[in-house]
Amino acid sequence: MKSIGELERIRREAMTGIGPRVARTRVTFVVHMGTDGLAAGARDVMMAILDELRRQGLTDCLVTQTDVTGLHAKPPVVDLLIPGHASLTYTRVTPEDARRIVVRHLVAARAAVGQ
Amino acid sequence: MNSFYRAHVLVCAGAGCVSSGCKAVEQALWAEVSQQGLDEEVKVIQTGCVGSCDQGPVVVVYPEGTFYRKVRPEDVPEIVEEHLLKGRPVERLLYKDESSELVVSLEDIGFFKRQRKIVLRNCGVINPEDITEYIARDGYEALGRVLTEMAPEDVIDIVKRSGLRGRGGAGFPTGVKWGFTAKATGSPKYVVCNADEGDPGAFMDRSVLEGDPHSVIEAMAIAGYAVGSNQGYIYVRAEYPLAIERLSIAIKQAREYGLLGKNIFSTGFDFDLEIRMGAGAFVCGEETALIASIEGRRGMPHPKPPFPANEGLWGKPTLINNVETYANIPPIILNGPEWFAGIGTEKSKGTKVFALAGKINNTGLVEVPMGTTLREIIYEVGGGIPGGRKFKAAQTGGPSGGCIPAEHLDVPMEYDSLVKLGAMMGSGGLIVMDDHTCMVDMARFFLQFTQDESCGKCTPCREGTKVMLDILTRITEGKGQEGDIELLEDLGKTIKNTALCGLGQTAPNPVLSTIRYFRNEYEAHIRERRCPAGVCQALFKYEIVQDKCRRCGLCQKACPAGAIEESVEELDLIGEEPAMAGAAEAGAGVRAGVATAVATRSKRKPLVINQDKCLKCGVCMRECRFQAIARV
Ligand SMILES: Cc1cc2nc3c(=O)[nH]c(=O)nc-3n(C[C@H](O)[C@H](O)[C@H](O)COP(=O)(O)O)c2cc1C
Ligand code: SF4
Ligand code: SF4
Ligand code: FES
Repeated sequence: MKSIGELERIRREAMTGIGPRVARTRVTFVVHMGTDGLAAGARDVMMAILDELRRQGLTDCLVTQTDVTGLHAKPPVVDLLIPGHASLTYTRVTPEDARRIVVRHLVAARAAVGQ
Repeated sequence: MNSFYRAHVLVCAGAGCVSSGCKAVEQALWAEVSQQGLDEEVKVIQTGCVGSCDQGPVVVVYPEGTFYRKVRPEDVPEIVEEHLLKGRPVERLLYKDESSELVVSLEDIGFFKRQRKIVLRNCGVINPEDITEYIARDGYEALGRVLTEMAPEDVIDIVKRSGLRGRGGAGFPTGVKWGFTAKATGSPKYVVCNADEGDPGAFMDRSVLEGDPHSVIEAMAIAGYAVGSNQGYIYVRAEYPLAIERLSIAIKQAREYGLLGKNIFSTGFDFDLEIRMGAGAFVCGEETALIASIEGRRGMPHPKPPFPANEGLWGKPTLINNVETYANIPPIILNGPEWFAGIGTEKSKGTKVFALAGKINNTGLVEVPMGTTLREIIYEVGGGIPGGRKFKAAQTGGPSGGCIPAEHLDVPMEYDSLVKLGAMMGSGGLIVMDDHTCMVDMARFFLQFTQDESCGKCTPCREGTKVMLDILTRITEGKGQEGDIELLEDLGKTIKNTALCGLGQTAPNPVLSTIRYFRNEYEAHIRERRCPAGVCQALFKYEIVQDKCRRCGLCQKACPAGAIEESVEELDLIGEEPAMAGAAEAGAGVRAGVATAVATRSKRKPLVINQDKCLKCGVCMRECRFQAIARV
């Protein structure tokens, strides 16, 4: 180990590896994975979210599922839980939509606060 | 490459869970996750002890923190299919609290909720075999800061101001000890970690080494810098193979990352570590004996002074601290001494890890702020006493400690208040006893341990504890004499004052403290030949109460010793034909049998227990449907 800077770099990389266990989360994506959700392609939606998070290098997000069957919403459904905000629900989400949701809520938000 | 997994499945791989079969569960998880095509989303990780070892194998699923207990490999497909694929927790594997409500998340379980984790901050959270996970949790940052920003005196000053005291037993102020070693003249100097952990039942040090070995390595390097040493030794008992293995892996990785070795953080500071295995004798945990053992001599204590700080390993200045003491150091450096001093009580700062054992619902490892009351630990963290039984006493400090009776349940758990009650913190063993425990027998048990472990070097310990043990044994056998209690007290005090090392000096503690709080129990044994808790076998016998006995013969069948015999003479103790009401109350399965037995009762001879054959196992008493067997 040469310097604090090097340690810090390793730490930041390693954060991704333990994120879901310890991280304070900025946004939680809840993908509805009931029978109707799965039939409508909720898994692809979830994979798209995960992939986009990886692509953008975002580690402070959680992706979880629920098995509630949305009686009032058209599947696939994705809820966004943002601490300190009312939750958002997207319905009839396609994998492409999912990527856009990630970019819009995380990447754009990060750019806006100048991070 | 950024590897983001949406779910982390942690499999506890602490020694407790290893023995209950966590390896098979982990393998099943790997297989099933890949079978279901979830490799890219779900990560399976082995961690150190989560703390609730009686619930093992334990599996925790993040991000939700879902706590699964007693997981078997057969349960794995359901966890993967239901939870990881569909997001539905598997209810039957969840934890049920005392009110038998299902608790999903680890954070909501009483056992975890009341804890505050500093020492165990990473245990059960990270993979102990992966240094990057430790680094992700701010690992080695404290070392980096110390080496690049602080002078050795500053480090010692921080440790002093934190108020940290040694967790190995005596509670000596850690910063002061570091100061002595730094000032001592002589070179080279050594830094030693005492991981002997001889107190039976205690396993906090083992858990730290198994679950977070880098915290100790980092702290020892910091200590090395502070006292001016470049070489450390970790003395681990050979009975801890898993701890030794994880520690070896951790040392190797730390070297690879340049966190041990030469020129750490380009500051010119060198430090390296070696593991030394202990022979497993209790006395080897005593620091002077430990030093002798590392040097390859027999593990026997020598008188102090000289203290190890001045003349330790190979006669050189040596710093010795306990595992848990070291594990506190990195957080103290990172968060500041004021932060640490803000936790705990006036004279005992920070937290303490306890190993809960005995008659308590949640056994395992818990970490709570110093000053938490015994009542809170037993009832809120520990979930109370099984079977709704009454709390009688708790033994703290293991065989060197003493007991705390029910009237002191509200004692704050800190060094000084425990000493005032005649107990001590020790390494944090906490054995809970209910009203079925005989305190004389308990004292005898602990004294037997220390007597066996006495190294024999000094007479008070070698001979004195033997005499005490003989007296205790005769009391429990119903052969106690008037004056025995006073004799025990005298001997105990003499041994405490004259024994050479801490082993002998503390050996009488369990006896003295049980006499202090439960003198009446000693008196009952001696004067009335009675064991109030019904434990000492010589002091009670089983008898058949003839006017309750229906002569059904159940006890006779159950007795493993064939001790229940038909009496030669007919004791005509039973009057009229017994009512069937009694039989109706009996369990459905035996009802028919009992009914015929009652019908034939008069033809049978009375049953009696042959005391010469009886093993006092109590089986007959449990078997009898009519409460016709009494312990007298
Ligand atoms: C008989 C006996 C056994 C001991 N066993 C241990 C032990 O297993 N682990 C330990 O850390 N300290 C043990 N100690 C205390 C050590 O002598 C020493 O005080 C301690 O390691 C210092 O570290 P600390 O200041 O961090 O507590 C024992 C002491 C005695 C008298
Ligand atoms: S089981 Fe009870 S009632 Fe039946 S013979 Fe034995 S002591 Fe008597
Ligand atoms: S206590 Fe055990 S050994 Fe003694 S009589 Fe009863 S069953 Fe037999
Ligand atoms: S070893 Fe698994 S919980 Fe302690």
